[in-house]
Amino acid sequence: MKILKLSKDKLDFFASVLQRFGEVHAPVEDNGEFVFRRLARWSEARLDYQRTILPLKKYFLPPRETLLEYRPGTGYVPAERDLEARLVLFGVHACDIYALNILDRVFTGRYADPYYETRRRNIAIIGIDCRPDERCFCRSMRADFVDRGFDLFFHDLGDAYLTIVGTALGDDMVLATGPLFSPVTAADIEEYKRRSAGKRAAFRLEVEIRDLPEIFEMEYDSGIWDELGERCLSCGSCSVVCPTCYCFDVHDEVELAGNGGRRVRTWDSCLFSTHALVAGGENFRKSRASRIKFRYYHKQRGFVAEYGRPSCVGCGRCIAACPVGIDITQVIDTLRGVLHAGPQ
Amino acid sequence: MLAPSEAIGVQALRKENPYLPAMARIVRIHRMVENNYLFTVRFLDDELARNFHYLPGQFVMLSVPGTGEAPISISSTPSRPGVLELCVRRVGRLTNALFRSRTNDLVGIRGPYGNGFPLDRMAGNDLLIAAGGLGMAPLRSLLWYALDHRDRFGRITLMCGARTPQDMLFREELVSLLDTRELECLLTVDADPGGAWPHHLGVLPALFDHAEIDPARTYAAVCGPPVVYRYVLERLLALGFSKDRILMSLERRMKCGIGKCGHCSVGYKYTCLHGPIFTYWDAINLPEMI
Repeated sequence: MKILKLSKDKLDFFASVLQRFGEVHAPVEDNGEFVFRRLARWSEARLDYQRTILPLKKYFLPPRETLLEYRPGTGYVPAERDLEARLVLFGVHACDIYALNILDRVFTGRYADPYYETRRRNIAIIGIDCRPDERCFCRSMRADFVDRGFDLFFHDLGDAYLTIVGTALGDDMVLATGPLFSPVTAADIEEYKRRSAGKRAAFRLEVEIRDLPEIFEMEYDSGIWDELGERCLSCGSCSVVCPTCYCFDVHDEVELAGNGGRRVRTWDSCLFSTHALVAGGENFRKSRASRIKFRYYHKQRGFVAEYGRPSCVGCGRCIAACPVGIDITQVIDTLRGVLHAGPQ
Repeated sequence: MLAPSEAIGVQALRKENPYLPAMARIVRIHRMVENNYLFTVRFLDDELARNFHYLPGQFVMLSVPGTGEAPISISSTPSRPGVLELCVRRVGRLTNALFRSRTNDLVGIRGPYGNGFPLDRMAGNDLLIAAGGLGMAPLRSLLWYALDHRDRFGRITLMCGARTPQDMLFREELVSLLDTRELECLLTVDADPGGAWPHHLGVLPALFDHAEIDPARTYAAVCGPPVVYRYVLERLLALGFSKDRILMSLERRMKCGIGKCGHCSVGYKYTCLHGPIFTYWDAINLPEMI
């Protein structure tokens, strides 16, 4: 593994060179919140940000995307707009990179999604470490650190970044800047370890995920779900902001002139009442309680069975976004507590 | 990220795009019963038409240009290649549009998707095919597959139920099977308003009283509305069927057919990838399954 160091006073120059590798996007402040967007100038970038409103899936699975175009006579052809755009996402937190690695398991491999895959190949990722706030529980979800899924990863050492080179593209970025990067010293490594331990100690939110799938099974008929169903508004905010929620809807749009149309996919949510509705009117998840239960069940139990880990990365966005204050960590704690309470 | 140093283009979208349907021509529209038509389609690409391999129990995603796409089970058998037969009930926007189409109109097809019936496991065993209502649509593929490969299976028993004779899908075809010794064919209707139905009268599960079934060497394939599952499963379990010898075909909302869109998930399984054929054992271990 190639590990280097970049002095912070050279970061501006490094960023200017990055433009050769694509349009540079980074977190910027917008009305007191943070969003990933194209930088007008480097000074806009806020590398000290807390979580962005939307996760990075917006780049790889856009909220609305034309998959196919239809022309009478020729049939369906793939829509190819914007797919070849090369971007560099600068300043991505570990949990968000982890989330992309989870999406990879769904969208690559068998029946690979070529739209997602193409963007994944054309968008470079430079990670940066972070400090947890009161909503971060990525450590409980084993997503506070990533060992892959980035081209470069910057760990703050105070006056410099310890830089892990993850891919050949990351190496090209390093080489393109000439002698900007220097080798790490034993003192740098000690400093990295000191800060790593400090980050670990800074977590204020914790959940236990061991045997959680089994507890979900045991508590499948728990009254907790009905209580949550009473509070949940089915607004879908939690799935919009979730870095690993990927459900989508597909519909056709017709040109008004009647000579063709397009097939479009849009973000969907399992909280919406139509999510499990089939033609003819049968709905497999009519009640809000069944839908919110399904969301938790799919992420915390189903994904474990299918992919060996929950699809939650503990980014805390759903806690921040829920208009009625449903907090996933409290839901998990309550489920565990229900089991422990029992008759006195 | 996946192959970082090479900018890959959009060739992949044209070469291997699982969302891209192939165009097919509607070559026959047969009105089977009110609001249930059998559409026979053939791919425009001759090679694809000849080499479209599928298993009984699999489904395709059917596109009606300008309207959308929906999962439709394949009613024809892979032992008779060349065309696909799709039995469709008019229930929504897409099927309404399909019912307005005419012979020679084009539709899009992609697939086949889903697991299909586990033919390797079923080979050498007796078959019990129990269909209620629209349940015959996916099971007809298995029925004809078994009849076309008669030596691969032991005894074959077909139980088919409908509300009235007029509601029975593939009625003429099934009635014609009453005379063959290739299988035991039991047909029943809940009611016979016309009074001219010479076969069984009563609900589907009652046909078990007329069949000889050895649960130890039989695979049961069941499809129908919830009430069919409930009472047929009851009979099968009473006979002593092992739960993994009971195979069920399920339907869910599907937008992709390839395990991405999330709509067809039940518990941790995707109906489109892990199903639509599930054993009863799978079903009782997955919430919301039936």
